[in-house]
Amino acid sequence: MASVQIRNAVKVFGSTEVLHGIDIDIPDQSFTVLVGPSGCGKSTLLRMIAGLEEITSGEISIGDEVVNRMPPKQRDIAMVFQNYALYPHMTVFDNMGFSLKLAKVDPATIKEKVNAAAAILNLEDFLQRYPRQLSGGQRQRVAMGRAIVRDPRVFLFDEPLSNLDAKLRVQMRTEIRELHQRLNSTSIYVTHDQIEAMTMADQIVVMRDGNIEQTGAPLDLYDDPGNRFVATFIGSPAMNMMGGTVTNEGDITYFRSDHGTRFALQNGSADITNGAALCGIRPEHFTLADTGAENSLTMDVAVVEPTGAEILVIGRNGEQEFQAVFRERHSFSPGQQITLQPRLDKVLLFDEKSGQRIR
Amino acid sequence: MAAVIDSADRLPLLTRFMNNRNLMGLFFMLPAAAILLVFLTYPLGLGVWLGMTDVKVGRPGVFVGMENFTWLWEDSVFRLSIFNTFLYTVVASVIKFALGLWLAIILNNNIPIKAFIRAIVLLPFIVPTVLSALAFWWIYDSQDSVISWTLIELGFIDQTIDFLGEPNNARGAVIAANIWRGIPFVAITLLAGLQTIPQSLYEAAIIDGATEWQRFRRITLPLLTPIIAVVMTFSVLFTFTDFQLIWVMTRGGPINATHLMATLSYQRGIVGGALGEGAAIAVAMIPFLLAAILFSYFGLQNRKWQRGGRDD
Repeated sequence: MASVQIRNAVKVFGSTEVLHGIDIDIPDQSFTVLVGPSGCGKSTLLRMIAGLEEITSGEISIGDEVVNRMPPKQRDIAMVFQNYALYPHMTVFDNMGFSLKLAKVDPATIKEKVNAAAAILNLEDFLQRYPRQLSGGQRQRVAMGRAIVRDPRVFLFDEPLSNLDAKLRVQMRTEIRELHQRLNSTSIYVTHDQIEAMTMADQIVVMRDGNIEQTGAPLDLYDDPGNRFVATFIGSPAMNMMGGTVTNEGDITYFRSDHGTRFALQNGSADITNGAALCGIRPEHFTLADTGAENSLTMDVAVVEPTGAEILVIGRNGEQEFQAVFRERHSFSPGQQITLQPRLDKVLLFDEKSGQRIR
Repeated sequence: MAAVIDSADRLPLLTRFMNNRNLMGLFFMLPAAAILLVFLTYPLGLGVWLGMTDVKVGRPGVFVGMENFTWLWEDSVFRLSIFNTFLYTVVASVIKFALGLWLAIILNNNIPIKAFIRAIVLLPFIVPTVLSALAFWWIYDSQDSVISWTLIELGFIDQTIDFLGEPNNARGAVIAANIWRGIPFVAITLLAGLQTIPQSLYEAAIIDGATEWQRFRRITLPLLTPIIAVVMTFSVLFTFTDFQLIWVMTRGGPINATHLMATLSYQRGIVGGALGEGAAIAVAMIPFLLAAILFSYFGLQNRKWQRGGRDD
């Protein structure tokens, strides 16, 4: 087990800089998720930690030891690949024991370790099969088994669930999380799926275009996003954003949307007045209100999507599209006009140009 | 049952024929079967038949059974040609495989002007065999050989080498020419095989701690065996039945040192006019070729890990 520190890491491919000075602290035994849209550099960063890509400048250390120039096999890490990268010509047993065999561990110990890992992952019955004969979920488990057998200082996961179907993905998510709680190994997990990030991480690092947008615990990022990108990237359905201005009227600061809606602001608005701003409201922070109520907006219902546990309503106020989620079973129909009141203590403001949060 | 047959009987003959999947299947196979019969089965059968006759040019001949074969078995030139053919095939195939694999691995790396180099590699394969044989004939000339000239200029030797005039020299020379001509086929096909091996397997192996040699030995080679089996089967077949290179360069000489079974068959059958005997030599090649195919099919091609399950 070890902590991982990344200091000002830069990666340049040819003449393109893809990572612009990344700083991350990954505590020992934590589960850290790097999340961001495709092309944000998260996989490159993971491969740099693994030693599969060189570090152009900056420093990566594992357990207080700088590993920039260290070849992958000496870094004592294990990696689970997106396509599993199982050796097709080896049985499950040989796949899992390959690293030990290369390290010239004696066969009895290999057998013991592989069997122990297989027991953890429910793979005992498949040890003599070839990868071709396994289902997607089983292959995924073998890939993890290969990592567990080595008992590495750090586990690296590169989008390991993206080749699985939706149901299996949810199941494997739980399994990986359970496994982490059991083994308590430092894990770094790359995904583009914010739900995976939210459900699995101790710490989320949100990345975009080779920069870190925000680092923090899942719920902190959800409740207290530092900028517009994080606010809309984390959470599904996404946070509603509307343009408008902040005005002071008497003692009360208001947000006036471009479509004439007006909310009284409760927090973080003292610094700016009479300025353009973006107002962010999560879909679940709306409640139904009577027509003409204070601090409300009207919405023309366009689509109603009941999921059983909740109802998602998508509609418009003028040009602006809104989504609202209700746990209660309202019956809406398309074309209907409803009045929504946001929970004023949950309304967030962002700078219109920089997208930074206004607190 | 009877009722069904009755109602089928009432349909027009053509309609019944069109509705019968088995008959239609046979019908569709006819063109291919005809081509195979005319161009493959008939010549092969004729060859086997001729091998058992004493047909000569201008004389119809009669069936003599296995007489040609028993006679050939006593013939020292025929025995020498078997030895030559094996020597030629084994040495050339082993070297073609080794160099071809090496070349494929080099070409699989990211090297500058890769496409251009790959095109160059194919050159020996594109040039008509007779032309390259003539070029080699010239290279191996006993007086004006470019190799002899270079070695003399460099001071390694002081008189020209008689490449094609001395038996063992001639054997080495034709084998070298065959290797030169055969490498592109092996290299390009193995390169295609190498490119089907996902990069992530190598990355996984690097992280598992495999050295470059171990990655080759434990990932590349086993994953390449199916394609190696196919390539080497073809390579062995082509080499075993080689005719053009030898015929242009040495005509089997000196003192039959480079006579392969194919060239001997041609010399006895066409040049010498003993059609029956020539055919018998050609037929004698069949068991060896069959053995090579069976070996590759059962020994190398069909791997357990390739069988069963899905490949997604």
